[in-house]
Amino acid sequence: MDVELIRLTKRYGDTIAVDGIDLKVRSGAYCCLLGPSGCGKTTTLRMIGGHEAVTDGDVVIGPRSVGDAAPAERGTAMMFQSYALFPHLNCRDNVAFSLRMRGRPKAERRARALAMLDLVQMGHLAERLPAQLSGGQQQRVALARALVTEPKVLLLDEPLSALDPFLRVRMRVELKRIQKDLGLTFIHVTHSQEEAMALSDLVVVMNAGRIEQAADPRTVFERPATAFVARFIGGHNVIALPDGPVAVRADRMRLGPDAGPDARPARVVAVEYQGTSVHIGLDHAGLDLLAPDMDGPGRPSEGPAALTAILSDRAFAAAPLGLGDVVAVGWDPEAAHRLNA
Amino acid sequence: MNDRPRTLAFYVLAAVFALYVLFLYGPTLTILVLSFQGPQGGLTFPLNGVSTHWFSRLWAGVGVVDIWAAFGRSLRLGLVTMVLSVVFAFFAGLAFRKGFRGSGALFALAVASLIVPSIVVSLGIGLEFRLIDDAIKAAAAATGWSFLQDHGTAMGLYTSALGAHLTWTLPFGLLIMFAVFNRFSPAYEEAARDLGASGAQTLTHVVVPILAPSLVGVALFGFTLSFDELARTSQAIGGRNTLPLELQGLTTTVTTPEIYALGTLTTAVSAAVIGVSLCAVLWLQKRRARLGLVKA
Repeated sequence: MDVELIRLTKRYGDTIAVDGIDLKVRSGAYCCLLGPSGCGKTTTLRMIGGHEAVTDGDVVIGPRSVGDAAPAERGTAMMFQSYALFPHLNCRDNVAFSLRMRGRPKAERRARALAMLDLVQMGHLAERLPAQLSGGQQQRVALARALVTEPKVLLLDEPLSALDPFLRVRMRVELKRIQKDLGLTFIHVTHSQEEAMALSDLVVVMNAGRIEQAADPRTVFERPATAFVARFIGGHNVIALPDGPVAVRADRMRLGPDAGPDARPARVVAVEYQGTSVHIGLDHAGLDLLAPDMDGPGRPSEGPAALTAILSDRAFAAAPLGLGDVVAVGWDPEAAHRLNA
Repeated sequence: MNDRPRTLAFYVLAAVFALYVLFLYGPTLTILVLSFQGPQGGLTFPLNGVSTHWFSRLWAGVGVVDIWAAFGRSLRLGLVTMVLSVVFAFFAGLAFRKGFRGSGALFALAVASLIVPSIVVSLGIGLEFRLIDDAIKAAAAATGWSFLQDHGTAMGLYTSALGAHLTWTLPFGLLIMFAVFNRFSPAYEEAARDLGASGAQTLTHVVVPILAPSLVGVALFGFTLSFDELARTSQAIGGRNTLPLELQGLTTTVTTPEIYALGTLTTAVSAAVIGVSLCAVLWLQKRRARLGLVKA
């Protein structure tokens, strides 16, 4: 079902957590709410799920405005960050919990719970207690428990943040598969731009309670709307030119003889070998960079350098650079994407 | 772990700790040992043979005092106090977690009952009930209603004594529930609501089962605090004494190790209640875990 947020606002006393956002997520889409901690993404998710009272505005799910409806009456199901599996119930009873609350007969409960556990490949561990499962297994059970309610919209609050990097990538694939197979709308909160890029049909970048940009991942990466988006999504240099700020993808930076007519000299302050590519940190000389005004992931470059250029390993090997070298730096004019403010 | 010789500080601290343990359990152990005094033995060391003579004397009854009736009263009062403490502390814990106007003041008031000297609380309760009695008697005289004419006193095991015990067990129970709810993630309740559970279902199917071990803890606290309570009960008990009160009375009249046998027995009851409850909790946890692994 479509999910629509209309001037959705959440205030705690004088602080505004979510500041009148509008958003439309079409049915069957995988939507990621992306942003740094405290940007209001989790509060937004919790308002959609009915776990947080709406201060102002409305949430519309399918044909229905669900402003004050209880969580279970919205056609949504939530997967909590901590999974919140009931520690005293085994996997099967955890998954069957919602059926039990609705008074379904025991045989039906067991059958449906086991079928759902099979869907997430946990059928063989149905009798285990949550404490006897690994993080990834707990997550599968939490997913099964949410799906057994037959939601139209699944809400996921940082579902992968507790997993190790390897498992994170595997579960990511799994989530996407289940979403496609069941044709559900997924709304997934994350602070990892990599996760958002990998999963979404719609990336919603949030900052300070507002939506900075809502678009498909490619648009967000190719044409970030604001300096914040360009920085947060990573892989961009944000440069203030006399006629306004632009974002230039780090892999479209040109060094040395290729730098073009507008090249400026810069000093190499970091060289990081990354396998297929080499990241060069450059100290800006003569380039006026917008001061980064945020912490966390998505800083203009990983490290103290103000500019980053990504070279392919081959290009770097052909013209190696060392720390302290001064090199001409420029970019393809068509690679410079103009930013709003 | 490491091969370095222990420092002087270790030995000093170990000695202090040993002394502490000795002080904590020494008296109980002394009573325990002396309760097995031989038939010719007295109230103090040395042991004059070893026997269960004083236990059999105790079984036969201690003089004019019906010690087993007192034991029964203490047991029943302890159980009622226990149940009420658990129920009130649990719901009070829920309320305080949610927060309400005046919660700070109410909390201070509840805990103040631990700070006020027990004997003062007891005296106060006694006086209060005397006022109630006076009022009832005045009402009886004024109205002439027959059912009020025979009124003796409103004081008793399940009125004034129960109240006195609750002033002692409830604040403790509340403090325990605070600690428990501090560590209890609200995500469990949110998940339950998300899965369609009503408020009552969330309590019975999620909150209570998860907190069950802590509730057993509150229950044990309530029972043991009540079972050996003396000062708060002393002025609020009414006609029939609890076991600790009888025991106190006996110390002035009984001059044989029988009193030690009684002490050993009451300690054993408290220990048994705690032991059985702990074993039950552990057994339940083990069984649940085992069921999970067998089928896997």
